[in-house]
Amino acid sequence: MADTTTMIAADGTPLKRSLARALRRQKLRALGLIAPLLLFVLITFIVPIASMLFRSVENDIVANTLPYTVEALADWDATGTDLPPAPVYEAMFYDMFLAAEAKRHTRLGTRLNYETTGMSSLFRQSGRNMDDVADISYEPLEDLDDAWDEGETWYALFNSRGVSDTTLLADQRIRVARLSGNEAGADINFAPDAEVSALLPLAAREYTAWAVFVATQDNRDPAERDPWESVAPALVTDLRAADLSGYAGPAADMLRTAQRANLPIPDFAQEFGAMDEDWASLEPWQTIQTHSGTYTPGYFLNAIDAQKTPEGVAWQPEEKQILLTLFGRTIWMSLLITFSCIALGYPIAWLLANLPMRQANVLLILVLLPFWTSLLVRTSAWKVMLQQQGVINDVLVWIGLVADDGRLIMINNQFGTIVAMTHILLPFMILPMYSVMQTIPPSYLRAAKSLGATNWTAFWRVYFPQSVPGIGAGSILVFILSIGYYITPEIVGGTKGVFISNRIAFHISSSLNWGLAAALGTILLAAVLVLYWAYDKIVGIDNVKLG
Amino acid sequence: MKLTKTLLATTALTLASGTAFADGHMASDMTLVSWGGAYQNSQQKAYVEPYLEMNDGVTAVWDESSAEAVAKLRAMNEAGSVTWDVVDVVAADAIRLCDEGLALEIDPDEDLAAAPDGTSASDDFGDLLVSDCFIPQIVYSTTFGYRTDLVGDTPPTEVCAVFDTETYPGKRSLEKRPINNMEWALLCDGVAKDDVYDVLATDEGQQQALDKLATIKDDVIWWSAGADTPQLLADGEVIMGSTYNGRLFAAIEEQDQPIGMLWDAQVFDLDGWIIPTGLSPEREARARDFIKFATDTQRLADQAKYISYGPARASSAPLVGQHATLGIDMAPHMPTDPDNAQNTFLYNYEFWADYRDDIDAKFQAWLAQ
Repeated sequence: MADTTTMIAADGTPLKRSLARALRRQKLRALGLIAPLLLFVLITFIVPIASMLFRSVENDIVANTLPYTVEALADWDATGTDLPPAPVYEAMFYDMFLAAEAKRHTRLGTRLNYETTGMSSLFRQSGRNMDDVADISYEPLEDLDDAWDEGETWYALFNSRGVSDTTLLADQRIRVARLSGNEAGADINFAPDAEVSALLPLAAREYTAWAVFVATQDNRDPAERDPWESVAPALVTDLRAADLSGYAGPAADMLRTAQRANLPIPDFAQEFGAMDEDWASLEPWQTIQTHSGTYTPGYFLNAIDAQKTPEGVAWQPEEKQILLTLFGRTIWMSLLITFSCIALGYPIAWLLANLPMRQANVLLILVLLPFWTSLLVRTSAWKVMLQQQGVINDVLVWIGLVADDGRLIMINNQFGTIVAMTHILLPFMILPMYSVMQTIPPSYLRAAKSLGATNWTAFWRVYFPQSVPGIGAGSILVFILSIGYYITPEIVGGTKGVFISNRIAFHISSSLNWGLAAALGTILLAAVLVLYWAYDKIVGIDNVKLG
Repeated sequence: MKLTKTLLATTALTLASGTAFADGHMASDMTLVSWGGAYQNSQQKAYVEPYLEMNDGVTAVWDESSAEAVAKLRAMNEAGSVTWDVVDVVAADAIRLCDEGLALEIDPDEDLAAAPDGTSASDDFGDLLVSDCFIPQIVYSTTFGYRTDLVGDTPPTEVCAVFDTETYPGKRSLEKRPINNMEWALLCDGVAKDDVYDVLATDEGQQQALDKLATIKDDVIWWSAGADTPQLLADGEVIMGSTYNGRLFAAIEEQDQPIGMLWDAQVFDLDGWIIPTGLSPEREARARDFIKFATDTQRLADQAKYISYGPARASSAPLVGQHATLGIDMAPHMPTDPDNAQNTFLYNYEFWADYRDDIDAKFQAWLAQ
């Protein structure tokens, strides 16, 4: 049975398989032909856009800059009225110290300032004060024995004498790499000693972080440098609990002396509170905890005038709500512009398609002429035309239609934006319409009329339906172009005629809130795709013709 | 993202390896970033041309991107390829760049020239060294100009005339951002000068400022480019408007427009250089060499021949002479001239670094209402 149904090709393989192989080869060849273009588009277009859009959810800066604080804060109840416990302040000190040395604390401050006003200066000022806090332990330690002031003492104490703590080293490499954004994998001429890191865990951690930082970021040998002051409070803290009785390594006597001296540890909570009273309030901690995730919906919430709070999602205060209004306005005005382009463009396209060749060419040049003029020049020309002391108002006053003190306001509002953008986008509407209308045979209209149709019926029932694909193509072009327009609304839009793209530009170049800009851009892109899908459902994308 | 980084890094390497060195350890090409227009021209004439004459084989190209300097430097830094050597920015941007580690820290006494009388650079610049990375060049101010032929017989003498639409009917132009406008609104709503930022730090104070601005909202044309106000004044579109004092000077003295200066409550701000981080040692050495020359006493005084911005060094002030082509004394046109600086307002960098995002959102929402 099988034998009779399977067709065999000349070389003995089943025909089906040999056809599939031939087709596959064809497909691969086609792919090979478009490969340069595909790669070009991928590298210069898709990848940058994707990486920009990714910023709208990316939020690893908080956990990368304050890893131990985020961990310590995890169990704290942000909706309560209690300040975070002491370990949080301690973790914050060590995180902030390293971040300040790496100059990364201010970046985090800027990021959190988008959520809570005042975080920027809070972080900037606190970063400057970290040395003073560390000195509370460092200076008494140094007074006790000058050797603590020497880098060699610390290096000898922590550097491996056989068994090294590889987990600690790997962890600190990751910590520094995440904080600085640079790879920290090179050889650093240091490995923490396993015995000492078990005995003095906090000090070993901070010393290792310092060593990794100095070696990988500053390209210096940790053996020849003095560690940051932050190792002192860490050491003193460790000594409170450490059992030194079995320890015989380097600096054993110095450690015992220091342990007996019972040196002061900074009261981190109090020091932070003294630095800035905000640290003694709930708000900064709530902000840090709420926005500590690696990925955040926060930017998207901001993009629709909402925000993430410890209690969940909430609307922004009413006086700050603007973006939804702008989205609505952008879409509404783009539709208006599209319709005015259809209304103005249709008769012109019809004329172009039906005039004798010579006149049609002159007209076509008139349509194309603005195309060859710079966008800025065209927009500025509208300014000259429309402003209150401008050409149109002057003419109206001169012929007495309006009084000199009642000149029309036609610019720096929605009207100005719609007029200027309709003019600028008109060719994008006329050209697809024209190319479709050219293909409609005039004999159809004549046939309709000879069968008794009036002019109007002939146009509406015969001609117009055939020109719809041109209108569709033009509308999609004009609408998608205008929804992302930026320069023209900026120049002639005033306050009520600006689009969402003006806000995106502001966040990209001025407020530097790239996450919010990316979220706004993503929403705009999604809106275009949804409208495109809706258009496909209603009109059918197959009906769109560009020629 | 990795891929783009690698690509950009390779491009940068190829470009860097093509650079020739003029003298051993200094790069011979510089990319200077500034604002374009008359201001950039004053820099070109006052120190770039003399510097290039002194250093044979060195070339300089301009990039007019200072308005987006922070965003672009951040992007360059992320891509690992910084193509700018010296960047002209306003002080607020310099603070931000310094904060983010995108600008080099400068030691004024080591990296900058001392005054001719031996005063150290840090004393000569004084309080104007507002950031560790910032090398001040000029003091400029944002202030008001008015149409002398449209204000009647009593030209305005104080800033609150902007809010007085009865005495001075007509449109005004204000910048389309909260900075400066909020301060002026509070000043004219009876808040004492020293309390302005304390009031503005509260929700009620921000509302108070917006309410005051609301009284003239229908009469305001909002500008976003420095050239807008001089243009609007020249066209007679507005009766008065805020802009940078150098723009008004150009409209009044160079273009003979019927415009008067209203120096009252002018807001001082600073503009200067920063050197980006992430430069090769050769390029960094060239940038430092240029900066040292370009910000010495004589050079800063020379710049005032071309534009009416005050030199940032105390020792340059006595050397300010006449305009290079008009031949008029420049001193009376400086924002820092005692006659002009009778009532000035100092921009608070720290405050705006914190409140910029918050107040801007409110301001834009208010504008859109």
